Amino acid sequence: MIWPIAVGELHGVFSWLYSLLESTGLPQPWLDIVRYTVLGLVVFGVLCLIALFLVWWERKIAAHIQQRFGPMRHGWHGWYQTIADALKLLQKEDILVDTRDKMVFFWSPIICFVAAFLAYICMPFGDKLIVADLNIGILYIMAITTFTVISLLMAGWGSNNKYALLGGMRSAAQIVSYEVPMVASILVVVVFVGSLSMVDIVQAQSGWFTNWFIFRVPFGPIAFVTYIIAATAEANRTPFDIPEAEQELVAGYNIEYSGMKFAMFFLAEFINGFTVSAIAVTLFLGGWHGPFLPSWVWFLGKTLLVVLLLMLFRWTYPRLRVDQLMEFAWKFLVPVTFANLILGAWMKYAGWYW
Amino acid sequence: MGDLRTEEFLVNVGPVHPSTHGVCRLLITLDGEKVVNIEPHIGYLHRAIEKVCENRTYAQCIPMFDRFEYVTAMSCNYIFSAAAEKLAAIEVPERAEYLRVIMLELNRIASHLLFYGTTAMELGALTPFLYGLRERELIIDLFEMTCGQRLTYNYIRVGGVSKDIPEQFIPDCRKAIKTIRGKLVDYEGLLNENPIWLKRNVGVGYLPPDLAIAYGVSGPVLRASGVKHDLRKDDPYSIYDRFDFEVACRTNGDCYDRYRVRLDEIKQSLNIVEQALDGLPEGPIKAKVSPNFKPPAGEVYTRIENSRGEMGVYMQSDGGKKPLRVKARGGSYNQLQVLPYFGTGGLIADLVAIFASLDIIMPEVDR
Repeated sequence: MIWPIAVGELHGVFSWLYSLLESTGLPQPWLDIVRYTVLGLVVFGVLCLIALFLVWWERKIAAHIQQRFGPMRHGWHGWYQTIADALKLLQKEDILVDTRDKMVFFWSPIICFVAAFLAYICMPFGDKLIVADLNIGILYIMAITTFTVISLLMAGWGSNNKYALLGGMRSAAQIVSYEVPMVASILVVVVFVGSLSMVDIVQAQSGWFTNWFIFRVPFGPIAFVTYIIAATAEANRTPFDIPEAEQELVAGYNIEYSGMKFAMFFLAEFINGFTVSAIAVTLFLGGWHGPFLPSWVWFLGKTLLVVLLLMLFRWTYPRLRVDQLMEFAWKFLVPVTFANLILGAWMKYAGWYW
Repeated sequence: MGDLRTEEFLVNVGPVHPSTHGVCRLLITLDGEKVVNIEPHIGYLHRAIEKVCENRTYAQCIPMFDRFEYVTAMSCNYIFSAAAEKLAAIEVPERAEYLRVIMLELNRIASHLLFYGTTAMELGALTPFLYGLRERELIIDLFEMTCGQRLTYNYIRVGGVSKDIPEQFIPDCRKAIKTIRGKLVDYEGLLNENPIWLKRNVGVGYLPPDLAIAYGVSGPVLRASGVKHDLRKDDPYSIYDRFDFEVACRTNGDCYDRYRVRLDEIKQSLNIVEQALDGLPEGPIKAKVSPNFKPPAGEVYTRIENSRGEMGVYMQSDGGKKPLRVKARGGSYNQLQVLPYFGTGGLIADLVAIFASLDIIMPEVDR
């Protein structure tokens, strides 16, 4: 009876698999290798599915905001349109520019793709449903997601194209700038929990939903809003999508990429959008906590709601200019987040919280 | 650090680039993100319309002229017909004049709605584009109902118009006016007060009125710089002196004012269409004109206020059934010409905003 287990607590499946593995009598290091490989593949597969779903969902939401249908032909409401698109990209010719920097051009999409997935190693998908509970969890996630900027810069440089270079430089400036307010918003939560571990952070928000950090007035909501703004920039989404501003830079850093290399950038972008939303859920919205339904359903549902928020931004707002973007980060977000951090730390010290 | 130096570099924007509205090619010199120099290159859409007209009869020229500025093809039809009528001293029936005004103004609204969409899209807001096109569709449907075409109408002919409007036209037109009025409120709510929109547009691309006049800029771009010049008021053609409307004018001369002037113009045009529908008389729609009519030798220049500024036709006749020389003037040409003199100094994103706010369309430039 796999079905009730899967609907109930998903980690039951994994512990059952693990006990099966243990019964084979392999030595411990081998067991760990097999276990993490299987877990990694599972997470990879699930995330690929999520990315494909997000592509479809974004198209549908955009279409409905713009009063059109979006994909309708393939399957129910075009549900396998993105799968067909992914297959098409797989088969496409990989066009290579002669003047490219070969190594840089080749590795850039791979780094982008891998870094996007690596963040999920310590993401708590549900109760006990986590690949590895690192004690520096959130720090690790912040570090690994910043890898994206290296890959975008590499793509901009390696393409040997002026538009791509401008896009790469823009993304470097943008992501590095918005990293500061993002981390400062996250630190508020970390100060309160007293731990960097994602599991500890989620546990600190257990119980009634007023325990979620977003409801810890006044610093919680402020940190959440600043985090969402910085995260939108971090995920390169409108109004902060200047690295690939279509009307200015045609396609920005990925202008020379085609076929599967482009698909890797494209999927990584959606995974990054999902990552920042998942972090928001874990830190501010109680993670996988919720009544009645299994924990992973709550996690997924909340994350998709935050993704929906990002999508609504994208299809509503115009794009900021590059200098205004920097101004906003350094002159507004950074002071606000640091003041908020000090406020939060002081309240924690004084014990003025509940 | 002593070895670090920066270099200006040349970027070739166009002829195929998402924000050049067709096939405009701008050679821009960039210092990092900053635009140092702009050099427009034109001619990628040159179809020699003026020359082709010399080998056709006056009636055959009109379908050619549709392509002169295909976003407002009605104006092109009108301007050529008006020039030929002036040359041959043809009297146009009253009903035809009213129909012409209705079509011209509807076309102006359609053009400005397209502007609304494309400008928002250039600045990264993708949704207004579809909203603008959605309402434009109502007008296009009216044109299709009348003359069977959606883009190049060939509707206004020498001596009148080609067909009378169908019965359904007037109720549908009133309905469309009502819808567009309602939707304009939405449009303005979506962008007018949007902080990002204001940041991107207010104070960007200031065009001083003296520079605008010196380069022959006309239309909404000129009016946004504070020069209240509208040929419908200042040099009334057709029957525009019979209608009550305001000339939309603002004084800041930046991208935001150019945008607002166009939205205000839509409202005024809606008023004109309503008045014309109310006053539409019965009667013939076309004067009796031979297909191969021969105007007496002479020359004439007619001009109208198009959605992109002054559109004019200079026509010379030697008494034959074909024009001796036709020269068309489009507002976009002057607006592109003045771009290098006020578009530099900003960032590359500003250039996109300025280019969008000028609402240049390339067939009018290249002809």
